[in-house]
Amino acid sequence: MAEERRQKQCSVVMPTESMKAMAESVGVGQLQEDSCVALSEEVSYRIKEIVQDALKFMHHGKRRKLTTNDIDHALKLKNVEPLYGFQSQEFIPFRFASGGGRELHFYEEKEVDLSDIINTPLPRVPLDVSLKAHWLSIDGVQPAIPENPPPAPKEQQKSEFTEPLKVVKPGQEEEGSIQAKGQGATSAEGLGRCPNRTEKGSIRIKPRSTHELSVEQQLYYKEITEACVGSCEAKRAEALQSIATDPGLYQMLPRFSTFISEGVRVNVVQNNLALLIYLMRMVKALMDNPTLYLEKYLHELIPAVVTCIVSKQLCLRPDVDNHWALRDFAARLMAQSCKTFSTTNNNIQSRITKTFTKSLLDEKTQWTTRYGCIAGLAELGPDVIKTLIIARLSVEGARIKAVMEGPVVSNIDKIGAEHVQSLLLKHCASVIAKTRPLPDVVDQYRTDYGYLGPMLCSHVVKARAQAALQAQQVNRTTLTITQPRPTLTVSQSTLGVSSGPRTPSIIKVPSSLALMSTRPGTPTQPSPPTTKYIVMATSAGAASTQQVITLSSAQSGSPVTSTVPSTPSTLQPLVKLESSSTAGMSRPLQKYIVVSLPSSSSVDSKGSGVLPASTSPISVEQSVKLERSESPAASTQSPH
Amino acid sequence: MAAVQDGQVESDAEKETKPDASNDVAGNSSGGARSMSPNAASSASGAAKAAAPTGPGEQQTLLAVLQFLKRSKLLESVDILRREAGLSDELDESQTNDGAAAGSASLLRRVSVGGAAATNIAATTTSKGAEDQPDVSIVLSAYSQQGDPALYQVYYSGLKNFIESVLDCHRAELSQLFYPLFVHMYLELVYNNHEHEAKVFFEKFSGDQECYYRDDLRVLSGLTKKEHMKGNETLLDFRTSKFVLRISRDSYQLLKRHLQERQNNQIWLIIQEHLYIDIFDGMPRSKSQIDSMSGSLAGEARREANKAKVYYGLLKEPEIEVPLDDEDDEAENEEGKPKKKKPKKDNLGSKNKKQDPNAPQQNRIPLPELKDSDKLDKIMSMKEATKKIRLGPDTLPSICFYTFLNAYQGLTSVDVTDDSSLIAGGFADSTVRVWSVTPKKLRKVKSAADLNLIDKEADDVLERIMDEKTASESKILYGHSGPVYGISFSPDRNYLLSSSEDGTVRLWSLQTFTCLVGYKGHNYPVWDTQFSPYGYYFVSGGHDRIARLWATDHYQPLRMFAGHLADITCTHFHPNSNYVATGSADRTVRLWDVLNGNCVRIFSGHKGPIHSLAFSPNGKYVASGATDGRVLLWDIGHGLMIGELKGHTDTVYALKFSRDGEILASGSMDGTVRLWDALKAFDVETDDFTAATGHIHLPDNSQELLLGTYMTKSTPVIHLHFTRRNLLLAAGGYNSQ
Repeated sequence: MAEERRQKQCSVVMPTESMKAMAESVGVGQLQEDSCVALSEEVSYRIKEIVQDALKFMHHGKRRKLTTNDIDHALKLKNVEPLYGFQSQEFIPFRFASGGGRELHFYEEKEVDLSDIINTPLPRVPLDVSLKAHWLSIDGVQPAIPENPPPAPKEQQKSEFTEPLKVVKPGQEEEGSIQAKGQGATSAEGLGRCPNRTEKGSIRIKPRSTHELSVEQQLYYKEITEACVGSCEAKRAEALQSIATDPGLYQMLPRFSTFISEGVRVNVVQNNLALLIYLMRMVKALMDNPTLYLEKYLHELIPAVVTCIVSKQLCLRPDVDNHWALRDFAARLMAQSCKTFSTTNNNIQSRITKTFTKSLLDEKTQWTTRYGCIAGLAELGPDVIKTLIIARLSVEGARIKAVMEGPVVSNIDKIGAEHVQSLLLKHCASVIAKTRPLPDVVDQYRTDYGYLGPMLCSHVVKARAQAALQAQQVNRTTLTITQPRPTLTVSQSTLGVSSGPRTPSIIKVPSSLALMSTRPGTPTQPSPPTTKYIVMATSAGAASTQQVITLSSAQSGSPVTSTVPSTPSTLQPLVKLESSSTAGMSRPLQKYIVVSLPSSSSVDSKGSGVLPASTSPISVEQSVKLERSESPAASTQSPH
Repeated sequence: MAAVQDGQVESDAEKETKPDASNDVAGNSSGGARSMSPNAASSASGAAKAAAPTGPGEQQTLLAVLQFLKRSKLLESVDILRREAGLSDELDESQTNDGAAAGSASLLRRVSVGGAAATNIAATTTSKGAEDQPDVSIVLSAYSQQGDPALYQVYYSGLKNFIESVLDCHRAELSQLFYPLFVHMYLELVYNNHEHEAKVFFEKFSGDQECYYRDDLRVLSGLTKKEHMKGNETLLDFRTSKFVLRISRDSYQLLKRHLQERQNNQIWLIIQEHLYIDIFDGMPRSKSQIDSMSGSLAGEARREANKAKVYYGLLKEPEIEVPLDDEDDEAENEEGKPKKKKPKKDNLGSKNKKQDPNAPQQNRIPLPELKDSDKLDKIMSMKEATKKIRLGPDTLPSICFYTFLNAYQGLTSVDVTDDSSLIAGGFADSTVRVWSVTPKKLRKVKSAADLNLIDKEADDVLERIMDEKTASESKILYGHSGPVYGISFSPDRNYLLSSSEDGTVRLWSLQTFTCLVGYKGHNYPVWDTQFSPYGYYFVSGGHDRIARLWATDHYQPLRMFAGHLADITCTHFHPNSNYVATGSADRTVRLWDVLNGNCVRIFSGHKGPIHSLAFSPNGKYVASGATDGRVLLWDIGHGLMIGELKGHTDTVYALKFSRDGEILASGSMDGTVRLWDALKAFDVETDDFTAATGHIHLPDNSQELLLGTYMTKSTPVIHLHFTRRNLLLAAGGYNSQ
C-alpha cells in the first residue's frame, strides 16, 4: 500500500488550471497550454523541494507540525525572499469561489482601517516561558501525580475488563467484573459456570488478587467522600475537581461507585435532596475524568442516576423543594452516559429509553416520575423527542388539562402538572420549530397537539424568531449568548445536611455553577488564555442547537454554557478559528473555534447543556491540529 | 590492456568498461588510482581513432578530453592529441580556464580527507568540472546518453530476475545493488530528458527498494527534469560520491559472469562509474547483517575507512592537591577523597596511575591550563562523586523532569551545566534563556564605573563585583536573528554557546549576560554546537555539511571537517577532547581527529537523520539516535556496530550515559524517557574475525536491555543530563493539545 502511495506521489503536480488562474491574477491573459504544463511541473517540483527543506527545520525545531516559519526559513535557505506578513486571523485563510465552471480558492486580503487597529484594546500579554520541575520517576517507579500520565491508561483498564485472562499483572488488578469474580471460586464451580473457558482440560483462572488501597489512598478516599457530601461548598468543589482530574484514581473507582449507589439508595428513602444532588455531582465528576474506564461500574451508577430521575419522591416537601432541577441534571447525566458508553452490546440507550417510555405510558404514573421520564427522554435528542414525546403531546395535554382545569385535587399534583407542561413546551417547541413547516396557525396546532397546542404555537414562533436572530449572528461571527439553559446551583450556606430547617429555595435555577467543573490548570499549562468553543451541531432536518462554551482557565471563572437554537439552513459545515494576534508577539490570545459536529441521528444536537464529552473533543482536536504553531493550543482546556 | 574486442565502437565511454573490467579481475580493491590511467589512455585513443572532428559536438568532446588529460598531467598525450586533431591552443585554453576554476571550487567544497583522497579528488574534479559546464558535461557527465531508454527497464528487470534466481546466500548480498542501480538508472533517464521513461521506470521499480530509502525516493520522485538536477543536493551527492557496497568475492564473480554473458553493458557501466564494490573473501553476509549496516546515503563505510587508530582512552586527570584519605573510603567524609576518583571513570577498573594504552598523548592537542577556579570545581565534583549512587538494573535512577511551560512549541534546544546548577533553553523566537535551578540567583557583574569603586584587595572581591540589583532566576539573551538550534555551556559555567538559523554561533558571557563573539563561517543554519569537555574549543555543524572546530579566541575556525553528504545535525566531543563525532542527515556518524582533521571513523547503519550522540564516559563507545527511533551503539576502537536498541517510536533527540556508564538514557519525540542496560549492551565479545571483516551479528535483545520506560504527558524529551550524583534530569517543552 505504501508503495502505491509513493508511486502516486511521483506524479502529483499542480493542476494547469491553477497556473492559468495565477497568470490571470497577475495580468497575463492567455497562457499557452504548453507553458501551463511546463510551469506547473516546475512549480510543483520547487514546492516539493521547499517543503522538504522546511521539514528539516521542523525536525530541528523538535516539533511535529510544520509551521509557516519553517517555510520561510526554507525559502531563505534557497535565497528566496520569504513571504513577509503571512499572518491570518483565521485558521484556514482561503476562501472558495466558483462560477463559470471554475473553482477557485483565494486568499482574502481585506483592507484594514488603521483606526480600528488603534482603537482596539491591547490583547493580553502572552504568558512568559517558565520552568517547572516534577518527578518523572523515583527510584525507577513513576509516581501517580497529575504531572505524569495516568499509571494505568484507559486502554489497559479496558483490556483488563474485556479480556480479564489476557493481562495478569499482580497488584494492578481490579475485581470489577462479575465474570472474574465467578472464576475466583473453586475450579469445580468454574467448570460448571463457564464450560466454554476450559481449554485442553485446564482452566485458566484469573488469580484472585487482594485489592488493597495504600494508607494514602484510604485517607484520600475518606477525605474526598467526606468533602463531597459535607457542608463546605469550597471543599466540595475541590474534591469534585480532584475526582474529575486526578489520573491515579482507578484503583478507588469501585469504592466510589459503591459509595454512590449505596448513597442514592439510602438517601432516596430518606428523601434527602441535597445529598442526592451531591452524589450526582460526583457521578458527573467521575464521568469527566478522562483517565477512568467507567464501563465496569455502570451497573451501579446507572440505576443510581435513573433513580434520581424518576423516583416518586426525592425530597421531604415536594411542593416547595426544587427537585425538578435534580431530575433535569440527572437526566442530562444519563444522556451523556448513553452517548459515551452505549454500544451494540450493552444497548444502554435503548434499554433506558424503554424504561422511560414504559412508565410514561403507564396511566398511574405520578407527575414527578412522569416529569423525570420526559426529561430523560428529551435529553436523548430531537429524534427521540419527535418519535416518543411529540406523538404523545395530545394525551399528556389532556392529562394536564384535567389537573389544571379540573377540581383541585392537591397542590402537589398541580405543581407537577405545571412543570411537566413547561418541560414539554420547552423541549417540543424547538423540535417542532425545526420540523414543522410554516405558517404557525394556532388552530392547526390545537388540532394536532390538543390542549397544549396554542401554547406550543407561541413557543414555536418564539423559537423561530430566535433562530433567525441567531443565524444572523452566526454570519457575523459575533456571539450573544441568549436563553441560558437552566443550570444547577446549590446554595450551600443555607443547607443543613440531613435535617433541620431548610429554606424552600435550595436550588436556584439560573446563575452559573460549575456543572462542568473547570479543569484545573494542568501543571504544564498554568493558565492559557480564554478559549471559546462554539459547537454547531447539525442534524438533518432536526432542530439544532448551538452551544457556546467559554472555558477559562482561572479557577474562579466558571464556564458559561448556553444553548442557542438555530436553523439548519444557516449552518454551514465550516470550521474556522479566529485568533487575534498582535504583530509583535503573534500569539493569539483568544480564539473562537467554530466546529460543526457531524450530524448524528439521535443524540447529538440537543444533548446536555454541557459540551458532550464524547464527541466534542474529537472535533476540537481535529481543528486544533492544524493550527499554527505559535498559537497557544489552549485546547487542553477542553473537556476530555 | 585495452584489448578492444568490438570492432564497432559506439562511444568512447563504452570502451572504458573493458579495461576497467580486466583491471577488476586483477583486484578491484585497489580503487580508482590504477584504473585511472588506462581509462584515460583508452578514452584518449578512442577519441583519436574517431578523429577527424567534423561537428561541433565532437570538437567539444575532444576539448573535454584534452582538458581531462591536462588535469591528469598527461602533457605528452595532450600534445599528440592536439596535433592529431588540429586544434588551436586558444580554443581549448579558454575552456580549460573555466574548467579549472570550477574544478578548484569543487575541490574546496568537498575535499575528501578519507584514505583514498587523491583518487577521489581526481574523480570529483572531473565530474564536478563537467557539471558546471553544460556543454562539456554532455560528454564527460556521468549520465551521458547510453543505449536505448526503453531498454532500461529490460536491463533492470533482467538483473532483478537474475538476482532473485541465485542461491540464497548470494541473493542478499547482490540485492544491495538494487537501490544504487535504480537511482543511477533513473537519474540517467532524467538527465537525458526521457521524462516519460523515467517516470515509468520509477513507478515500476521504486516499490522494490528497501523501506529505509523512502525519504530519498521521495526526493527522487519529485525530480523529473534535467533542470531540476542542478542544485539538488541529494543528487549531487549521488553523483559525486561512489555508493559503497560490501560484497563477498563469490557473489561478485557471479554477478560479473552474469553481466558479461548478457552483454549487459549498461549496468556494468553504472557499477564501474558510480559504485565502489568492496570485495572481501569469505562467507557472504546474511540479509540481517547487511540490513543492519546499510541505510546510509552513500552505502556502507569502506573497510579501510575505519582502520585508522583511534586513541579513545581518557586523558590522565591533572594532579590536584586534594587532602587524601583512605583509598576506598565509601563513607561520607568531609575531606575524604578516594584519590582521583573522577566521575567519568571507566568501568574496567583501571585506576589512572598508569597511562591508558589507548589514551592519546596528554599534549596531543593543546588544552587550556587549569585555573584555580577549575581546580576548585574539580574538587567539588569529586566530592559529589563520592555521594554518587551506583546505578544498575536493580537501582534505577530517579528522573526529575524540567518542563518548559508556555513555550508555544518554541523550545528548540536545552543544555544543563555539568554541576546541574544552570539550565539554558534556545527558542524559536531567537532568544536564549538561562535559568538557575538552585536557590542561587543569576547576577550580572557591575558596570565598569562601579567596579572601579570596589576594594580589589578584599577577600570576597568575587562576591563584591556582582550587582545584587540584577539578581533574578532567569536571564534572557538577545542577539540571534533566527531560531536557536544548538546550545552548550562551557565546562567552567562562564560561557554559553548558541548556534542559530542565522548562520552564526554566539558566545555569551554568563558573568555579564552579554554576547561576546559572533562566530561567522557557516552561511547556513547551524544545527548544533558543543564545547569541548576541557573548554576553549568548540565544534559546530550545520546545513553546509561542514563541521568546524573553533577556539573561543579565534574568529576563524581551526579545522573544517568536510565529508558528510548532507546536513550535519549533531556534533559531540569525545571525552578526551581529541575527537569530534558528527551525526548527519546522510545517516552516518563520523568521527574526526581534531589534531589533523582526518575522518577516522564512518559508522553507517542508521535509517534516518541522526539527531543525538553520546559518548560513554570511558570513551570507548558512542551511541547515536536517529529519526527512525533506534539507538545504535558503536565500538570506537574496532569501528563496529555493537548494539541496536529498539523501542522508541519517534525521533530520539536526547541520549546520555550515566556517570559510570552503566545506564544509557534516551529521550524521544514520542514523549518517553527510556533507560537501557548499557553494561549488558556492551558486553559482547568482539573476536578477531569480526573485527577484521566488520561482519557483525547483532543480538535482538532490545527488550532485555530496556530497564524502564517513563511516559510524559505530551512533552517531547529533548535533553537528558545525569547529575554528578547520578540523578537523571530530563527537559522538554510542554506541547499543549
